[in-house]
Amino acid sequence: MESILQIRHLTHTYSIGTPFERDAVRDVSFEVGRGEFLGIIGHTGSGKSTLIQHLNGLLRPTEGQVLLSGRDIWAEPKKIRDVRFRVGLVFQYPEYQLFEETVYKDIAFGPVNQGRQGAELDRCVRDAARLVGLREDQLDKSPFELSGGQKRRAALAGVLAMEPDVLILDEPTAGLDPVGRETLMENIRAYHREQGKTILLVSHSMDEIARNVDRILVMKSARILMDGTPPEVFSRSEELLSAGLDIPHAARIAIALRRRGLDIPPDVYTVDALEREILRLRKETVPC
Amino acid sequence: MLKDITLGQYFPGDTIAHRLDPRTKILLTTLYIVALFSANGFVSYAVMIACLILSVRLANVPPRAMVRGLRPVLFIIVFTAVLNLFFTPGGREFFRWGFLTVTETGIKTALFMVLRIMLLIMGTFLMTYTTSPISLTDALESLLNGLKRFRVPVHELSMMMSIALRFIPTLIEETDKIMSAQKARGADLEGGNLMQRAKAMIPILVPLFVSAFRRADELATAMECRCYHGGEGRTRLHVLRYQRRDYNALAIGGVICVCVFVLGRLGW
Amino acid sequence: MSVMIEAENVRFTYPGAASPALDGVSVAIERGAFTVVLGHNGSGKSTFAKMCNAVLLPDEGSVSVEGMDTRNEELLLAIRQRVGMVFQNPDNQIVANVVEEDVAFAPENLGVPPDEIRRRVDASLHAVGMDEFVTHAPHLLSGGQKQRIAIAGVLAMRPDCIVLDEATAMLDPMGRREVLSTVRRLNREQGITVLLITHHMNEAEDADRVLVMDDGRIVMDGTPKEVFSRVEQLRDTGLTVPETVELLDRLCQDGMPMPLDALSVDECADAIANALARKG
Repeated sequence: MESILQIRHLTHTYSIGTPFERDAVRDVSFEVGRGEFLGIIGHTGSGKSTLIQHLNGLLRPTEGQVLLSGRDIWAEPKKIRDVRFRVGLVFQYPEYQLFEETVYKDIAFGPVNQGRQGAELDRCVRDAARLVGLREDQLDKSPFELSGGQKRRAALAGVLAMEPDVLILDEPTAGLDPVGRETLMENIRAYHREQGKTILLVSHSMDEIARNVDRILVMKSARILMDGTPPEVFSRSEELLSAGLDIPHAARIAIALRRRGLDIPPDVYTVDALEREILRLRKETVPC
Repeated sequence: MLKDITLGQYFPGDTIAHRLDPRTKILLTTLYIVALFSANGFVSYAVMIACLILSVRLANVPPRAMVRGLRPVLFIIVFTAVLNLFFTPGGREFFRWGFLTVTETGIKTALFMVLRIMLLIMGTFLMTYTTSPISLTDALESLLNGLKRFRVPVHELSMMMSIALRFIPTLIEETDKIMSAQKARGADLEGGNLMQRAKAMIPILVPLFVSAFRRADELATAMECRCYHGGEGRTRLHVLRYQRRDYNALAIGGVICVCVFVLGRLGW
Repeated sequence: MSVMIEAENVRFTYPGAASPALDGVSVAIERGAFTVVLGHNGSGKSTFAKMCNAVLLPDEGSVSVEGMDTRNEELLLAIRQRVGMVFQNPDNQIVANVVEEDVAFAPENLGVPPDEIRRRVDASLHAVGMDEFVTHAPHLLSGGQKQRIAIAGVLAMRPDCIVLDEATAMLDPMGRREVLSTVRRLNREQGITVLLITHHMNEAEDADRVLVMDDGRIVMDGTPKEVFSRVEQLRDTGLTVPETVELLDRLCQDGMPMPLDALSVDECADAIANALARKG
């Protein structure tokens, strides 16, 4: 796979030269393939927030490089805004950034900053609204009249409307109820399917990660602890647990079944797979 | 970035300066300011400098932190110095260029003015460095208690002040977050002329105000749920009580203030 | 068991709203019980929580706390002292910028003498496991720690009941665990009645009782095992079921008879292992 983002020996140190000096990210290297759906997990304070803010140039590395399509994003610091248009970052609780009179205008903020106008502007605003499941009639409302879940969608659309090559989502479903979480993730999956764009998803919910991503980065104490496909990472469930991280509920059940002597393979971490394995065991134990 | 602003930051500690009653510290600072404005010659300024250095030593505040407090007013200091240096007539003349003159009185005035500003800033900062904001507001409430008779809402004012202090770090953090979020959408916060810059603030100020109102609303509910019903019948965890050390400190402060006042009158 | 909070046919509509937020809620919360209220956003669960200590008053019907009607303004302080509230956003309920001052806020308001405030502050911080943070600045703590400070602030009123109004919604998994284990301990050890409002199914697993709200009504009421085994009905109200029940339910539909009330991971694994063993 061709890589769109390359992170090379990235280190970020906060409060340099004070007694509070500490590395939030230490010597982190990885690549993200074009079109990949990458999950990033780790504790609060493990460095993931600091890491993702480097990928669109909001933070500048203390050491190391971030390459976008093979070019160092800080090669020309004056053009860092172009990087932000190509790598869209949606922060946690993004609804708190809404400010315009109408939802339409708010979604248009990014594209207007990009210099889009006229029919082109209208198209990308409406496309983005459609992608997140906002209705046409909601576009003329004030963003402050929307419900919590709709505000979240409007804010997400504000980033999608810039049509970035890479989309980074920091806990997009935090605080939503189960249905809200599921429908929003469905929108994001559809966006990934239809547009084939690269997505980085930061989440505390292992079940959400397990259901959606192609590959997982596990961060711990400013470093990458694991980097692999979900089966690879979740087959190291015990290790994740001892690092104080959660594992998907299905993986917990799988561990409990294995302890009871059942032959469940280590890479089972979804309810679907677990269901299949149990049915397989059932067939195998059919009495002669 | 925004977090680096020192807003009368408190340095926790357990020195005599920390242990003094906050009311004593406010009164001492007032005496210090009175003395500072009556200082009028090398001797009186020397006394003031000695007082400050001694207090800083007693408070165990790093001298670098004291100097850092001066940074935001550096412009005012330089401006005052230049103004006084070049535009004060009187005494021997050292230099003249057009309407600019440097005179003996000019040098002296410039020096004293600069000293006065620096001592004023550092002295008040020393108070905020050694007193937690909450005890400062408590002290103000207690000192101003007498004004309640004149229907001044002393309790409400002090409650408002302590809540403002509580929320400053939260709002600064929030501002940082909103700025990052808008920058991620391509907001240009640095470039452009004054109008463009003012306009660029809208995407930051609107969400900040909306959130501040929401916070205020939620906080008010939370306070009511914890039985807040104004200042009436309210007790305090920490009751302010003057100790022997407070009387001693006030006595010493008073004597020095009077001395400096007299020295100043004499023009020393 | 005596009744802590009793709601009788409570109806409430927010000013300007088209439909009622509460549409005839009747329920009695027993003293000492750990009750979880589940529901999707907008189901009325948070409105119900705010009825419990007179933050909101019913348009119709009544709510009483230990027999005191919440509409009686003279009883307001007494009601709020007995039923403490912890809200969603940890930042917006901390009043002071030193932990101990914040915990002292409620007893100060109640006019408790300083020595007694000191004792209560120390005991409350100890009860939530935050002893070492007495003089810390709250804004530097983690979300879970802030919520524990908020709980301590409520405990200092010596309440009989604590209502947590989606107090875990904004926390990360670790913070959520901290808060949950804290309130469970308070419930068990000090007998404090707990009413936990949430949309995280897993938080309801070892409650004494689960109420499910939808459209301003209580639509399900029972033990966690009773409620969660009604998988279809839960899905209809816009909720999910815990993964354990989800798996058992699917196995049932695959023709493998399974009990649906094996809620915990171990119970679930036991049930599956047993079913497979029976077969063999």
